[in-house]
Amino acid sequence: MATVTAQLPTNTRELAADLTGIAGKRRTKNVVMTALMALAVILVGFVLLLVLITVVTKGWSIVSGSFPKWFTKDIQLSPRRPGPGMKAAIIGTVVITVMATVIAVPLGILGAVYLNEYGRTRPFAQLLRFLTNVMAGVPSIVMGLFIYVFWVVPRGIQGLNGFSGALALACLMLPIVVRSSEEMLRLVPQNLRDASYALGGSTSRTTVRVVLPSAAPGVISGCLLAIARAAGETAPLIFTIGAAKATNWNVFKGTNTSLSMQIYGNAKESFVTAQERAWGAALTLIALAFLFTVLARVLSARLARTR
Amino acid sequence: MTTTPADLSDLRPRRQIIDRLFKGSTLAAGALILLILALIAYTITGKSLPVFRAEGVDFFTERRWAPTKEIYGALSFIYGTAVTALLAVVISVPVSLGIALFTTQVAPPKLKKWLVSLTDLVAVVPSVVFGLWGIIFLAPKLARSYKHVSAWFDGWPVLGHVFGRTGAGRTFMTAGLILAVMITPIITSIAREVIETTPQTDRDGALALGATRWEMITGAVLPHSMTGIVGAVMLGLGRAMGETIAVALVIGSSPTITANLFSSGDSLPSVIAFQWGEATTDIKRSALIAMGLTLFVITIVVNLTATAVVNRATKRVQGT
Repeated sequence: MATVTAQLPTNTRELAADLTGIAGKRRTKNVVMTALMALAVILVGFVLLLVLITVVTKGWSIVSGSFPKWFTKDIQLSPRRPGPGMKAAIIGTVVITVMATVIAVPLGILGAVYLNEYGRTRPFAQLLRFLTNVMAGVPSIVMGLFIYVFWVVPRGIQGLNGFSGALALACLMLPIVVRSSEEMLRLVPQNLRDASYALGGSTSRTTVRVVLPSAAPGVISGCLLAIARAAGETAPLIFTIGAAKATNWNVFKGTNTSLSMQIYGNAKESFVTAQERAWGAALTLIALAFLFTVLARVLSARLARTR
Repeated sequence: MTTTPADLSDLRPRRQIIDRLFKGSTLAAGALILLILALIAYTITGKSLPVFRAEGVDFFTERRWAPTKEIYGALSFIYGTAVTALLAVVISVPVSLGIALFTTQVAPPKLKKWLVSLTDLVAVVPSVVFGLWGIIFLAPKLARSYKHVSAWFDGWPVLGHVFGRTGAGRTFMTAGLILAVMITPIITSIAREVIETTPQTDRDGALALGATRWEMITGAVLPHSMTGIVGAVMLGLGRAMGETIAVALVIGSSPTITANLFSSGDSLPSVIAFQWGEATTDIKRSALIAMGLTLFVITIVVNLTATAVVNRATKRVQGT
């Protein structure tokens, strides 16, 4: 009897100690893993911040140091000489990106309308959906080679112009626009379509008057993200727009340049002056890209509110 | 009364025509994707033929790339593409999964919104900017660390070769690191979407059984989302293989096949971009285009598999 009472508490105590030991281990593991997950977030945040801070500080010194010439003068011909001016590249980026948008956005939205309003679950629509995903994965440099072989080569030296670059960028944007637009069209409630049909609306009228307007915020923000992505692309332009240093407003004629091409070209140089130019161009490009992203957010938020 | 039916029958064909035209144009726009993909395959293959005629299968098995001697081998570039892309995936997957899990399972709703924006923001930074940062800012700093690491591993059986001697900052490893940053938003966003399809009941069930959060993740969330995550990783791999400009700037542009990750190398997209300007002969251009074709085929295979995997995963989840 005495031995039992003496043993019981120690057993329970050991058991309890074991149990808290196990629970403690499990709890420690939980805490450690949660900390590691948080660390992953912090790591990427840190890298992003580091990139942005480097670009902003290094870029700002040249952009502000040569303000306003940075925006009004053409590009210095010799990479080793200092010289402000990125106007040709800014204009080139804007003109080429706008042209690519004009080509890709209407086609992409029409394609999305086919997939969601007409094709739906038909085999051909399924195939196209699949191919859209495939096309979204085609490397941008392959798009550039494709436009070079298909469009530039038959036209010879005159094929090197902004429009060829815009075609290559449009090929990149098309699958992104189709995919994001289709997703937005799918969110439009079927009731709206049925109501329009009940009033005698045809499919085309229903789509243009009812479905597209109610999907507009999402569609537009998807398109703006595609545009931001295209504006920063370099690889497809290497083969298609040639190399200009002077401003060229004409997309259809003459070689052109872009901010991304200027960053690439100058980053390869070992001259400090060239590298400075690259940082300045990078800051300008990032500012443009972020402007579009913010615009996409604001626009979709505002359109969503008015609806 | 007699005129109304006539009016209607007049109107109806016009409306039908508009309707058909509209449908036709949407169909045409959709079919354009099919057409473009077919054209890419056709035109690029056509321009690759000269080098295939000259080199034959050797194009894929020859390690030497010596345009001056008319020797065109793609093997070292294929090797570089594979190594950098795999490195990127190995580095990026734990980080991406960590972010996706933290965002969906740990973070409160308000923080969650910010975290989604953070990864989106990484995706917005153009690849050429990462390249610029990599070549001027990161590579010189990494060159010093590489020296320390290789000195540390010097004489070790396998790692001594993998982290071998170096003096370079532009290496396979640098390219892999930059690529890892660039594919993190892609893997994170798809993984996040897949993870969010885990039924709340599964998660609640695990927690009710006394599981800690981490046990709930390994027991309920991860098994449920595994297929989708595999697909996400493969999409990231495809993206990493096709990335051009950032890699071209930081890989060092010297075609080499070596186990040493701290050595300079080259990759398919990088050599195309880097040597295009100097490629004045038809045969050299053809060789570079053939490398584009190789890249196209590899990425298509990877992406097809990835899409099929992701589709299967989401279908199974939706139970259709």
